[in-house]
Amino acid sequence: MATAEQPVLGYGRMKRKEDPRFVRGKGRYVDDVSLPGMLHGAVLRSPLAHARILSIDTSAALQHPKVHAVITGRDLEAQKLAWAPTLSADVQAVLALDKVCFQGQEVAFVVADDHYSARDALELIDVEYEPLPAVVDPRKALDPDAPVIREDIEGKSDNHIFDWEAGDRDATDAVFERAEVVVAQDMIYPRIHPAPMETCGCVADFDAVEGKLTLWCTTQAPHAHRTLYALVAGLPEHKIRVISPDIGGGFGNKVGIYPGYVCSVVTSIVTGRPVKWMEDRTENLTSTAFARDYVMRGEIAATRDGKIQAVRVRVLADHGAFNATAQPSKYPAGFFHIFTGSYDLEAAHCRVTGVYTNKAPGGVAYRCSFRVTEAAYAIERMVDVLADELGVDPAELRMRNLIRPEQFPYRSKTGWVYDSGDYEPALRMALEMAGYDRLREEQGERRERGELMGIGVSFFTETVGAGPRRDMDIVGLGMADGADLRVHPTGKAVLGISVQTQGQGHETTFAQIVAEELGIPAEDVQVVHGDTDETPFGLGTYGSRSTPVSGAAAAVVARKVREKARLIAAAMLEASPADLEWEKGRWYVKGDPEQGKTIQEIAMGAHGTVELPEGVEGGLEAQTVYNPSNLTFPFGAYVCVVDVDPGTGQVKVRRFVAVDDCGTRINPMIVEGQIHGGLAEGVGIALMELIAFDEDGNCLNGSFMDYLIPTAKEVPNFELGATVTPSPHHPIGAKGVGESPTVGSPPAIVNAVIDALEPFGVRHVDMPLTPARVWAAMQGHTEPPA
Amino acid sequence: MQVPAPFDYERATSVEHALSLLERLGPEARLIAGGHSLLPMMKLRLAAPEHLVDINDLHELDYIREEAGELRIGALARHRELLESELLGRRFPIFHDAERVIADPLVRNRGTIGGALCQADPSEDLSAACAAAHARLVIRGLGGERVVEMADFHRGPYETAVGPSEILAEIRLPLREAAGSAYEKVERRTGDWAVAAAGVCVWMSDGAIADVGVGLAAVGSSAVHCARAEEVLRGERPSEELFDAAADLAAADCSPAADQRGPVEYKRHLAGELTRRALRRAVARALG
Repeated sequence: MATAEQPVLGYGRMKRKEDPRFVRGKGRYVDDVSLPGMLHGAVLRSPLAHARILSIDTSAALQHPKVHAVITGRDLEAQKLAWAPTLSADVQAVLALDKVCFQGQEVAFVVADDHYSARDALELIDVEYEPLPAVVDPRKALDPDAPVIREDIEGKSDNHIFDWEAGDRDATDAVFERAEVVVAQDMIYPRIHPAPMETCGCVADFDAVEGKLTLWCTTQAPHAHRTLYALVAGLPEHKIRVISPDIGGGFGNKVGIYPGYVCSVVTSIVTGRPVKWMEDRTENLTSTAFARDYVMRGEIAATRDGKIQAVRVRVLADHGAFNATAQPSKYPAGFFHIFTGSYDLEAAHCRVTGVYTNKAPGGVAYRCSFRVTEAAYAIERMVDVLADELGVDPAELRMRNLIRPEQFPYRSKTGWVYDSGDYEPALRMALEMAGYDRLREEQGERRERGELMGIGVSFFTETVGAGPRRDMDIVGLGMADGADLRVHPTGKAVLGISVQTQGQGHETTFAQIVAEELGIPAEDVQVVHGDTDETPFGLGTYGSRSTPVSGAAAAVVARKVREKARLIAAAMLEASPADLEWEKGRWYVKGDPEQGKTIQEIAMGAHGTVELPEGVEGGLEAQTVYNPSNLTFPFGAYVCVVDVDPGTGQVKVRRFVAVDDCGTRINPMIVEGQIHGGLAEGVGIALMELIAFDEDGNCLNGSFMDYLIPTAKEVPNFELGATVTPSPHHPIGAKGVGESPTVGSPPAIVNAVIDALEPFGVRHVDMPLTPARVWAAMQGHTEPPA
Repeated sequence: MQVPAPFDYERATSVEHALSLLERLGPEARLIAGGHSLLPMMKLRLAAPEHLVDINDLHELDYIREEAGELRIGALARHRELLESELLGRRFPIFHDAERVIADPLVRNRGTIGGALCQADPSEDLSAACAAAHARLVIRGLGGERVVEMADFHRGPYETAVGPSEILAEIRLPLREAAGSAYEKVERRTGDWAVAAAGVCVWMSDGAIADVGVGLAAVGSSAVHCARAEEVLRGERPSEELFDAAADLAAADCSPAADQRGPVEYKRHLAGELTRRALRRAVARALG
């Protein structure tokens, strides 16, 4: 553990540099931004899921003494801003024109002197709606008689968005035809919400004199947002400054551009005053990007002795009213084709169909890398179903089928090249930490007493850190990230990065990367991020990209500085650069270690009067753009133990063992914190979280009274383990970890609950595993032994 | 941030003052104590009272004491005070059971027993506990006070016997010997409203159940008072068969509605299962 006396010169446990301001209440979030003359915006939202707008009367609202402006879709249409491009080649209404397509859709925007008056004025707007039948169930979206939701798309006569497939269909079908054992399982990964503690919002400040827009915004991708505003609104890009200050959680919810942001910008331009708009909780849960909502049918083909041969998955993806899912352009179903998981197969195929429904748009990667979560859930549930069919222990079945270490880099049957892995030791470690064999014995003893105890195992492989840019872009912007590093004369450094922390600890981790490369204290490295005027371009933080891409950029730029330091040191030492050797923090003359210069001395020399060699400029700085050659493939083995109350169906997570391999661990404390957070979210996803709708499309989970997120009472003390298999292509061998626990834990928990219900013959229950669902699963089946 | 519609605010300095404010301001005025039901409803604009009468200064209603063979709880006693009351926990452990599973510490620090009962949410826990304890409720108006049986207090969801210019002042729990009580609740998550809950109070005599109260939460339009279950238990010696019979009646006599917490069948099952569990614990405590 680092102390004040022992500065951390690189990797290792170190308290987070950003935490003093958070624990003292000195964080500065968007809602803390208050500018002179600032007005407050509020959005009028549709109460109906599907309706024509017959008329909108804003006259009474405009007469409210504190209201400055009311805008509708018609006003935006005049500026060609009524529709905005989504992140998935679709458009989304900024403010509805002729119809509304989901409950909560934006219809009008009011700006007033204060937030209360803006809200009051919403009630003065009179909208006349003609209700239309709503498409709620994605399984009915493609029915011939289903109402067409997107009449704005010319020629659209159904609710179909895309069909996409990966793998070899014929080869897969052939394996299935001759397979000894085939099992199939229908499963739903339900619609859930990232639900960050801080809702979305912005402060837009258009300076008419300078022609410059400053936008404080809850965004995970400030640079991408800036470019999109330039492309869509026609503002010159150098006159747009996007600032993403402290962010209270993102989890994918803050990747896209929401209508409220656009309306704030427009009304700031119109009124000449800054405009603040912050969602309330209901708006966040009902109108911003949801996650998952995949209806899946998985099939698995195997030999009688438990060798998995092929997997095929059919998915119906509910994308809501506008296709606003955030995926790299080539991949409408994200990285779902990682669904073959950690197993060596002969063939695999998936087909995903995306549909529109009258529900909020989204489908973002909630703490996951583009649909990896859905994929990992599908395969890890299917393996358990197969184990049940074969009567084989689920841990043993996994062990038999894991990709072997000598097979890496492993080319999967759906086109991925897994960069590295050593799976079996991770699974063995997890089983040993859990005391797996003893747990099975205990389970047997308890079953004899009529008690329901379950043990669930999952083994996941993630694919994170998009690009490379040739394969991956978001709306045409290649998925690469920049970094620039300036070392001041006294050897203190400033690192500018393109990604933005929402709680991940970038200000510490990235400082440690530079510290490791230059051998200076991490405390001496200031990380600047989240301000497009101050930082280099890059695509932002989501999909566990920060360490795999931007972390690599930080290492590369630090190495560039180190190489420049070598040239300057050589000049200072009057030696040839080729005769210098590096030890942490210092270049010295080969064979004469006394003759050397520290980075701090070199920095002063670089800014001082040292005569520099030909072609070497003064100063000690560098910049880079890192374009990853491949993704990284973190993996992990999780074991969950649950107890189910046979009389009530209540699930108690008793233990959770998580062994994660994310390659090099820069700051193990932060890694463990990330894992804790993700596991807690996994408990919520598996047991309680759901965005549900009634048959008219009314959202039933518009507050934290109805949308349940877990508390400390629902999560156990996590037991963590680690193996380290560095990424061979990443400059420091790191792989990213923030999303692994959210990907890997739901199947472990569900597998544990299903295992507990084994005496009832239950093979699958869809999440969330509420007491009612678990109890229902127990009904009509074999009675548990008395 | 969710913000309420405009309203006026008055702060009462005494019960008489509060009552006269209610009388003067009329039916669009609402009392506010802990505010943990009313304020969220106002912020969601599901409620828009024109006037709030704040009674948080009425310390005369903030007490838990033994008096005249009853345990008397002032309506302004906070959940936290109920949970921390050694007297209440000793005489009616059902209230400590219930308070441990009501919302969270933040709500319990502010919310009051009077507010909980007057909100009359069908899922509210203290109403079921009071039904099981055969509580009597003191309602005060400018003209004096009246005492209402718990069974007559709730008139339907969110409706009580308290008139527009009246205030619930006190909850009275009759104290008898050889008592035991317990509260059982199933919730989807800590702090959530009950999927179903059952409260039981028993008073034993010569090894038999001399008297009993059974109250259910979240399985009817208001707290359910299970008269038939009580009838079958009264005068009998405790046994699993007896508890089963009472549980069956509790399940049969409630009227749950399906919602996101579960279907009718499940809630009815819980009414029985939780009644059985509460009976076991209440009797064990009485005999212990």
